[in-house]
Amino acid sequence: MCLAVPGQVLSVFEADGARMGKVSFGGVVKDVCLAYLPDISVGDYTIVHVGFALSKIDEATALETLRTFADLGLLDEEFGPPPAPAGAAP
Amino acid sequence: MKYLTEFRDGELARKLVAEIRSAVTRSWAIMEVCGGQTHSIIRNGIDQLLPPEVELVHGPGCPVCVTPVELIDKAHAIAAAPGVIFCSFGDMLRVPGTAGDLFQVKGRGGDVRVVYSPLDAVKLARENPTREVVFFGIGFETTAPANAMAVVQAQRLGLSNFSVLVSHVLVPPAIEAILGSPANRVQAFLAAGHVCCVMGYHQYPALAERFRVPIVVTGFEPLDLLDGIRRAVLQLEAGTATVENAYPRVVTFEGNRPAQAVLADVFEETDRAWRGIGVIPRSGWRLRAAYRAFDAEARFDVSGIRSVEPAACRSGEVLRGTLKPHQCAAFGKECTPRAPLGATMVSSEGACAAYYNYGRLVDLGTGRIGSAGAVACPA
Repeated sequence: MCLAVPGQVLSVFEADGARMGKVSFGGVVKDVCLAYLPDISVGDYTIVHVGFALSKIDEATALETLRTFADLGLLDEEFGPPPAPAGAAP
Repeated sequence: MKYLTEFRDGELARKLVAEIRSAVTRSWAIMEVCGGQTHSIIRNGIDQLLPPEVELVHGPGCPVCVTPVELIDKAHAIAAAPGVIFCSFGDMLRVPGTAGDLFQVKGRGGDVRVVYSPLDAVKLARENPTREVVFFGIGFETTAPANAMAVVQAQRLGLSNFSVLVSHVLVPPAIEAILGSPANRVQAFLAAGHVCCVMGYHQYPALAERFRVPIVVTGFEPLDLLDGIRRAVLQLEAGTATVENAYPRVVTFEGNRPAQAVLADVFEETDRAWRGIGVIPRSGWRLRAAYRAFDAEARFDVSGIRSVEPAACRSGEVLRGTLKPHQCAAFGKECTPRAPLGATMVSSEGACAAYYNYGRLVDLGTGRIGSAGAVACPA
């Protein structure tokens, strides 16, 4: 229930007085209410939950977060080989 | 979707795990509040990648799981009433009430329908003016904006045959109740990313300070979760207790202001009963007086219902983080996803279902938890 799915806005339109949009989830297109993101426009990515766009995804921050993760590798050598993957035999 | 693969990168995951391992000097219990995060942790084996000192405790963040049996029984009574179209999210259909589930109501002729969005229920009400359309409005702060908008839209369209059975629950009061309990052993929290996407995280600094617990706003991908755990561990080891945002690409401090404005217009705070936990003060939302016409509890007489919880179900202890699913005597025996005793096994986001579906069964030889194929955790 708390999961929300990222999708890309393909079009914006009005229905019953609400701001709506066609949003593509990896090719599956659904009508999504955009009322809570008045600034979102075609081409933007958003997190969608039960038919509502809740937050625009910030591309610059996504890249910055990934860069931080990559930089954390400095300690690898000091602590030996990476741990066994989940479910591996002892 | 952009960056989905990157946020599941195994090499980067190993780097985050190495950082956690290098930081840990003693045992810590960290609670992820959100059922979606529990599911992602178990599915991706994140708990098994962690050093043994770091224990993840699964919190009460599944709205299907915490909906009290009395409200499920009310839903069943309304769904069975003549002329009603009862709409719900799919998970709710299999939650057992005192006498059966919504599938059985449907089997006896009830018009029970699964909808994707609350707006679909509004559409049904418009298309079926001679029927009463009732939506089961459960959910945390993530789902509430959708339910609030459905009520606003029904009012705008002048619909008199639409109502909502409201059962909204709120995360911060639940965290407060867990931390305030004498049995509490949680030392840090991963705050639910999509709840914070709506509400922001301005409610958390006071909690972090009062209870001296680090709170880290965390996303749902494997790297998001590992980073949330890493930041919590670093704070615990350093003896600090502040609020951090590890999900900044989606969450801001303020949250979604337009959504908060509609929520404030439609709902007001109320005490709520949580299944297995009991009443938590000011932990839920109900419709404000101006929208009472859309309150299903006011429209249908469901006040005389007597509800009974199954005695063998220990969902409440699982939801409070004092019992792991596999430690329950009924787990995997008389209680399975096909024949669930309680909500934590029914909901796909429930901790019991996650343990069952991903083979976290107890190895009878060693008593340790393991995956279905190989019983030992990497030490």
